[in-house]
Amino acid sequence: MTTFLAQLLNGLQYGLLLFLIGSGLTLIFGVMGVINLAHGSLFMIGAYLAYVVAGYTGTFWLALPAAIAGGLLFGTFLEAALFRRFRDREHLDQVLLTFALILIFEEARSILIDNQFHSVAVPALLDFSVPIVGGFAYSAYRLAVLAVCLAVAALMLLFVERTNIGASIRAAAENPEMVGLLGVDARRIHMLVFAAGTALAMLAGALAAPLQSVYPGMGDGFLILSFIVVVIGGLGSIGGAFWAALLVGMVDTLGKAYVPQLAGIAVCGMMALVLLVRPAGLFARG
Amino acid sequence: MIGASRRGNLLLALAGLAVASMPLWTGAYHMQLASTALIAAMFALSLQLLVGGAGLVSLAHAGFFGLGAYTVYLLGPVSVLLSLPVAALTAAVAALGIGALSLRTTGFFFLMTTLAFGQMLFFLFHDTPLGGGLDGVFIQRPDLIWVVSKAQRPAVFLLLNLAVLAAMYAGLWLLMRTLFGHALLGIKANEHRMRAMGHDVQRLKLAAFVLAGALAGVAGHMAALTDAFVSPDLLGWHRSAEALLMILLGGIGALHGPILGAVALTLLEEFSPLITERQRLVEGLVILAAVLLLRRGLAGIAR
Amino acid sequence: MMEARGLSRRFGGLLAVADLSLTLRVGELHAVIGPNGAGKSTLVNLLAGELAPTQGTIWLDGADITDFSVGQRAKAGVGRTFQRTNLMLNMTVLENVRLAAQASCGGMLRRAARVQAPIVAAREALRRVGLDPTGDALARTLSHGQLRQLEIAMALAGQPRVLLLDEPLAGSGAEDAEPLVALMRKLSREHAVLLVEHDMDVVFAVADVITVMVDGRVLAHGMPAEIRASAAVRDAYLGHVVA
Repeated sequence: MTTFLAQLLNGLQYGLLLFLIGSGLTLIFGVMGVINLAHGSLFMIGAYLAYVVAGYTGTFWLALPAAIAGGLLFGTFLEAALFRRFRDREHLDQVLLTFALILIFEEARSILIDNQFHSVAVPALLDFSVPIVGGFAYSAYRLAVLAVCLAVAALMLLFVERTNIGASIRAAAENPEMVGLLGVDARRIHMLVFAAGTALAMLAGALAAPLQSVYPGMGDGFLILSFIVVVIGGLGSIGGAFWAALLVGMVDTLGKAYVPQLAGIAVCGMMALVLLVRPAGLFARG
Repeated sequence: MIGASRRGNLLLALAGLAVASMPLWTGAYHMQLASTALIAAMFALSLQLLVGGAGLVSLAHAGFFGLGAYTVYLLGPVSVLLSLPVAALTAAVAALGIGALSLRTTGFFFLMTTLAFGQMLFFLFHDTPLGGGLDGVFIQRPDLIWVVSKAQRPAVFLLLNLAVLAAMYAGLWLLMRTLFGHALLGIKANEHRMRAMGHDVQRLKLAAFVLAGALAGVAGHMAALTDAFVSPDLLGWHRSAEALLMILLGGIGALHGPILGAVALTLLEEFSPLITERQRLVEGLVILAAVLLLRRGLAGIAR
Repeated sequence: MMEARGLSRRFGGLLAVADLSLTLRVGELHAVIGPNGAGKSTLVNLLAGELAPTQGTIWLDGADITDFSVGQRAKAGVGRTFQRTNLMLNMTVLENVRLAAQASCGGMLRRAARVQAPIVAAREALRRVGLDPTGDALARTLSHGQLRQLEIAMALAGQPRVLLLDEPLAGSGAEDAEPLVALMRKLSREHAVLLVEHDMDVVFAVADVITVMVDGRVLAHGMPAEIRASAAVRDAYLGHVVA
């Protein structure tokens, strides 16, 4: 029973991490019309950044602002240098461009750091277990990750639902041709969305670093799962991405715990089911 | 998508003859390298039916290639006359299921769903004991019609692969000239209008998806036969992306483009280690250059 | 003959077409006019099957085709043109029209160059719109007026009984209008034609019957002379245009 509770919480926390990655992906698709296969690599870069920052400074806490700031800068750079030019290109070009980025990022990681597995220590402040019910206790750091992810999700929803810029982002995600009509500078919106998406993916990587090993290609699994999140959630929908991420995180975690051989297949099967019933996404409007 | 011109087909035939004559003037190593290129060409050519033919960019294609390869392992040592059709049929059945679902979507969603379904096939062999484990497994080759000695193998497989590729190319060349082929090109050019004019776009796309899947299965079968080794990596989406790269390198608008692209990429992978060990960097930069500069592919240069 | 009864289409809170009925007869050119946003394009899309009606029924020669998809309607004999040119621009003119004619062909694995029926049909459609000399040119090299003619040829190639022309003159200058007007007159002899058009001179030159739509509803219906004389129509709409 207690392990089941732990798995449930793990699933929730994994789902929230997936939300950080998938929400950026869905907004970048929705607003810019760009497919970014390298989004999973950004997650890996965030995790390695945490490893390096925690290693040099000795405190994990600096890694989180570093991931956010680094992500915003890196995202702005990528958007201006590459993605801006690829908005109107064919899917094939976008797929290959971002595939090339995966290869280049992986090789850069190999040159700058190495090809080994690394671990990042859970910060001492949170290195204890919190008793929950009966004899069941749960890692304080994992609870903190839960809280941080929820806070970020709430902030994002507030931003998108309540601010003017957020409203134009939503309008753009639902109908890209609208942006020009709204009189908003589409280029600024694109840059903002891409930078924020990059920062979210790298933050997710940094948060995940103490939870799992930091290793080459660690973003690949997250990439596939966050794509599934986008499909199930409906293109460009933040709220849809949220619920879909929780669903996918839960199914994947419980699957890996109880039927490890079928977990990967189960998640894809779930997506197949959604496509059969509602091809526009489970949480899409209308 | 245009087939090669008369002169282009003549050049392709001459190149084919040159490859066929390799047993006379070169050794096992280079014949195996040529086989690798021929198999890559079959795989990319099968994907070109979707990309250049119907405008569908699929990332599930390596899954069908891998299924064809694993069919050889699962069948055990049978006659190649059995294993080849079974590999094609297995891949076709998988493509029918995956295509029926993912073709309900278009654009980005199609990309994402094919990526996920391709990975589902990958997990099937990576996570379960069905395919002999995640590190891959050596296999017993199917029996050819006559007994082939170990020394003859590279030459025999080279000629076999060449024959299969030539048949595949000729078949697709003819196919693109049928009403079906023209309808596919129409869908690539303007799917909405084709639908409005009364074409059953969904069925046409599904037919192309299944046929392309079957041909990828044939390519996978030839890979297993040639290498006597299969691993889950064969099904990974990176392989699909590489095939897309071959198509882009060779020229998206030309049926023979993927053949040129496959040869170019195989040679690049063979010789780039002489300059640097950073293979992925080289490949990444080549893709960047191809996407940014080479808009019509090698076929466009050698028009 | 195509007949629509009680046709409505709602987009969220907006009723784009409200309880509209009309009949299209072979040998008759039925023009639908009205200010922007009156629901004319929605009407064409409802009749062609791009949109499903919220309410109402559509018959084609007595058969209920309300649930038919776009493709099924095209095969059943409903041809349409698009307001914005909607072609395969990188193919030749003949290929565009042949693909339209090919939709009802079986035996998909026959060599395209050997299957005569769609080629003959395509050439005939091109001849009818007067584009036959341009068959081998790429569609993207045509002039704007020729592209509008090609749109019509593609609709004709499917051998439709009903022809829905959605602003066939959109973007055309006066020099393009004349041959298109002559063409529409010819077409209305053999097909049931629905014409949505903004150019009132053209409408009154070719229409046998006119329906005036305002806010999704029929404001008036009648012969061109009646419409021209109607005070209600003049107040609501025509006054601004014809003056």
